[in-house]
This record gives sequence, structure tokens and C-alpha cells, in this order.
Amino acid sequence: MGQIIAQWMPNVVEKSNDFWKAIADTLVMTAWSGVFIFVIGLAVGITLTVTKRDGIAENAAVYQTLDKIVNLLRSIPFIILLAGLMPLSRLIMGTAIGLKGAIVPLVIGCAPFYSRQVETALATVEKGKIEAAESMGCSGPGIVFRVYLRESIAPIARGTTITIISLFGLVAMAGAVGAGGLGDFAIRYGHDRGQTDVTIASIIAMVVIVTGVQLAGSLVAKKNTH
Amino acid sequence: MELIIKGKGDAEMSTAVREKAADVRENTTAAIRIENVSKIFRTKDSDFTALENISLTVNRGEILGIVGFSGAGKSTLVRIMNLLEQPTSGRVWLDGVDLTDLKPKELRKQRRRIGMIFQQFQLFASRTVFQNVAFPLQHTGLKKEEIREKVDRLLDLVGLRDKAAVYPSELSGGQKQRVAIARALATDPEILLSDESTSALDPQATKTVLKILKKLNRELGITIVLITHEMDVVREICDRVAVMEHGKIVEEGTAFSIFSSPESQITKDFVNTTMHLTRIDELIAENDPLVDISDHQCIVRLTYPEPHSADYPMVSEVSRKFGIDVNIFCGNTDYVDSRPIGGLVAVLEGPVESVREAIRYIRSRHIRVEVLKSGTDYRTVDAKCG
Repeated sequence: MGQIIAQWMPNVVEKSNDFWKAIADTLVMTAWSGVFIFVIGLAVGITLTVTKRDGIAENAAVYQTLDKIVNLLRSIPFIILLAGLMPLSRLIMGTAIGLKGAIVPLVIGCAPFYSRQVETALATVEKGKIEAAESMGCSGPGIVFRVYLRESIAPIARGTTITIISLFGLVAMAGAVGAGGLGDFAIRYGHDRGQTDVTIASIIAMVVIVTGVQLAGSLVAKKNTH
Repeated sequence: MELIIKGKGDAEMSTAVREKAADVRENTTAAIRIENVSKIFRTKDSDFTALENISLTVNRGEILGIVGFSGAGKSTLVRIMNLLEQPTSGRVWLDGVDLTDLKPKELRKQRRRIGMIFQQFQLFASRTVFQNVAFPLQHTGLKKEEIREKVDRLLDLVGLRDKAAVYPSELSGGQKQRVAIARALATDPEILLSDESTSALDPQATKTVLKILKKLNRELGITIVLITHEMDVVREICDRVAVMEHGKIVEEGTAFSIFSSPESQITKDFVNTTMHLTRIDELIAENDPLVDISDHQCIVRLTYPEPHSADYPMVSEVSRKFGIDVNIFCGNTDYVDSRPIGGLVAVLEGPVESVREAIRYIRSRHIRVEVLKSGTDYRTVDAKCG
């Protein structure tokens, strides 16, 4: 087995340490930005849902403002965010390059997308269920946590899976401009130096990771569909 | 009022509870009083008046039916009662407490005194039957054991204890509604609002649900406000009825009076949907061969506007006394509030004078007589044979 790999992917074997580190960097970047995206996306998605017209805490000003910000950020191409947010990254993280420098643009680039995913998932909870909870004297936070979130675990899991997978794409782009990771690895060796086996190995690694995420997401969704 | 479901199962309801329930029924103070309530839904380009200056009292211990065709405002009205809809103007009194005047926290507390069930059940799909019923009890300071005990008792009451671990998606419509009833009762409400709770159910399940509602009212003294467009439901369980049209209450009265002497056109339309005695009007209008009569016959409809007359042998007495033939075309007698109601359509045949005498006699017995069609003999004597 080892021999076959050595024969077909000489450059990968030669740089196996770099290869494993690239995988680890990709996962770490995704995980760190993912945590922030998850929290911010949930918060924004919930706020959009409750402040919407006929929502449980209807507030046109809050809804319109958030809605516009989300739309604005979603319409800026990620590559422009990467460059444009460098000063902000330096301010928050102390650096605009490397793993740490990628977190800010990743979060700002992806959280609005996830917010919409959450908003869409919460919209699957019928108004009648909210009414029923209200009629039982359930409070606002109670309705959010015990009805909205609980009833939409499956669609939220699906939206989260989609977000994580598209986040891998953004991480690869961030890597190409100096943050490391598989994207950077594949461009640097596979593309720039014509080492096609590096490109192929990077793709295989991503396929494995993405498949794993999709399986996990589908499992959570399935377990929570009754 | 702490009387609700503190007893054991429904089978062994203690006499004390039953007596207390009876007491509550006799006490006629208002459970809910709606005072000059209007509700206007404002949209960008137009306003829609859903309720127009409505005043209505729900008496403690009664089953009040609110009927109307869709769009009449019934659902809005019932949502005003627990302030799921905020009235545009007017007040809503719950047992002396003005709900429109409460802070959110206090309103939530008062809402627990009013249970509510819905046409589409609105059970939480992510929770089992047990968890659904336990929902209003969690985070209220009750111990896990106490919650388990209470939920078990409620599920016994609706006969679904064996389904505790099942998810709602595995239940039939009737079973879902029974779970919803158990859930609505978890907070020991004094009042239960039912928004078209049987409209999505088949006749069998409807019967079961109505039976449970009736039991809750009679045995536990729970006041019930029932929204429906089905007169059969009203006839089955309501003590009093309010009829709605275009956001207003057009008629209000006991179930019996609504059925026996409806006043407004809409109420008549509703009553007709269930009494079948008006089918004859269509046949006559269409000149159906079924209603071809000879010169000396006339078709009459006899209805009982008063409760006592249905058990008296009117047909045979009239036939004997006036020497006329009474041929029953169709009949429909039903029971509202345990009192007979309805009537019959019959063909009277005999000498003109005798028939007119007979009709006069029947009217004197407080039976309403309408002459629907008469043969030519009668026309020569009088425009109508009565």
C-alpha cells in the first residue's frame, strides 16, 4: 500500500508532514470560525424571526436593519472581504495574516449566510405552535428555546451542514492568501509547481472531510425527525 | 380555583369534586366578559374590521358555542379571550381581572387559567405525547415526580396513557386532539377555548372529542367556549349559542331557542344545515314530481317552537278529530339540551273547511304551521289553505 502511494504520489509522500499540517490547519480554521459563525448566525437568525412582522417580539426597526446588513454582507464577494477586512483583522486579532488573520473575514463572510439558514429553518415552525405555547403562558425566551429551536433541530442541522461545507470553500480561499491549509497547499505545489498528485491528494482529503460532515449532519437531522 | 383534575382517574371522580362542579355551574357570574371589543387589522393599503364593538359574556360553567361561516370573526373573537390577539379597543375581563391592562408577566400567569385547543392540534412534533402534556408544567417549580403523576392522570382522563412514549406523528387525528386536550388541562384551567377543535376530525373522532369536552364541563365544571361552523356540534353539547356574521354577534340565546326559533337569516341558514326539513322547499321550487299534489291536497311543514309539544300524538288526533288524511312526507325530530326539537312535513287531504279547521287547531297547540304548497281547491277559497 505504502509503495503504491509512493509510486503514484511522490510529491505528497515527500511533503507528508506539510500535507498533514495543511489538513489540520483547514480543520482548525473551520472549527474556530465555525464556532463564532454558529453563535452569531443563531443569534441573528432568531432575532430576525422574532422581530419579523407578526413575530413574538415584532420590531420593524431591528428587523429592517439586520435584514439589510445581512443582505449587504452576503452580496460582497468573499475575496473582496478578505482584502478589505485586513485592517479590522489587525485591530481584533492583532494580525491580518496566517490562521488567526483568517478568522475575522471567515466569520463576517459566512455568518450572514448561516443567519439565513437559521431563519429559514425557524420558519418551518408553524405559527399555530407558537400560539399554542403562548396560550399555555410560555414566555418569550421559553418560546425561542422550547418551541422554535427544539421543533426545528432537523432543519437547523441541515442548514448547519450546508454552511460548514461551504465554509470549507471559504477556508481554502483564505488559505490561498496566506492562511495555510489545504487550499494553500494545493495551489502552492499542485498548481504553481505542476505537482498534480498534490492537487489530487488535497481533493481526496476534502472529499473525505465533506462526506464525514454530511453524514454527521444527516444523522442528526434524521434522529430529530419524528 | 383548584378543583380541576386533582382527583384520581375520571372513573373514580370523587363526589366532592362533582358537587363542587355543580356548585360552580349554578353560580352564574361571568367567567369571561368581553366589553365593546373591536379588532381592526391594519395593512398597508386597507383596514379590515374583524370584530365590531362586540360585548359578550361567557357564564361560569356553561358550554358556549360561537358559530358563523368562515371569515365571520369567530377565531379572532376566541383569541381576544386569552389576548392572543390584542383588541384595538374595548376590554376583556377574566373573572374580574382586566386582561387588557396587565403587564406581560402577569398576563402569562392569567393565561394559564385558560386552556386552548386548535383545529390543527398544534402538538410539538419533536416531543412525545408525555412530553407534550408535560410542556406547560416544566419550569414551574414542580418536581419531576409530580409532573409524571399529573401527566399520567391527564392521559388517563383522555384515555391515552398507553401512548405516552409515542410521537404525535404516529397518532390519528382524534388521538392528537385528545393529547391536545390533556395538554391544555395541565395548568388546571377554569376555562377551555376550543377553536374548531373537531373540524378536522371524522364523525367518530368528533363524537369522542365532544364526549370528553362534555365530561370536562359536567364533571369538572370547566367553562367551555367552542368555536365551530358545524351545527351538529352545537346541538350535541352547547348550552348557549352566539351567532356571528361580519364581525358582529347577530343572535344569542340558549341552544334550544336558537334551534327552535332562529330569528336572523344566517341563524336560519345554519339551523337548516342540520335539520333537513327545508329540503322540501327545494323540491317545490324545482317542481319535482315528488311534490305533485291533487286539487284537494296541501303540503304543510309543522315545527315545534316550544319544548313540550313533541311527545303529543298530534297526527292521529288531528286525523281523527277533523276527518282528514295526514300523510307524513318526512320528519326530523332531534334533541337539543335533552329537549325534543324538529318537526315534520306532511300532506293534508280532505274537505277544504276541515283542513283549515285542523290547521287552526294545530296552531292553537303551539305548533308552527307553514303551508308550502296547496291544491287548486284551496286557492278558490283562500290564497292559502291556512
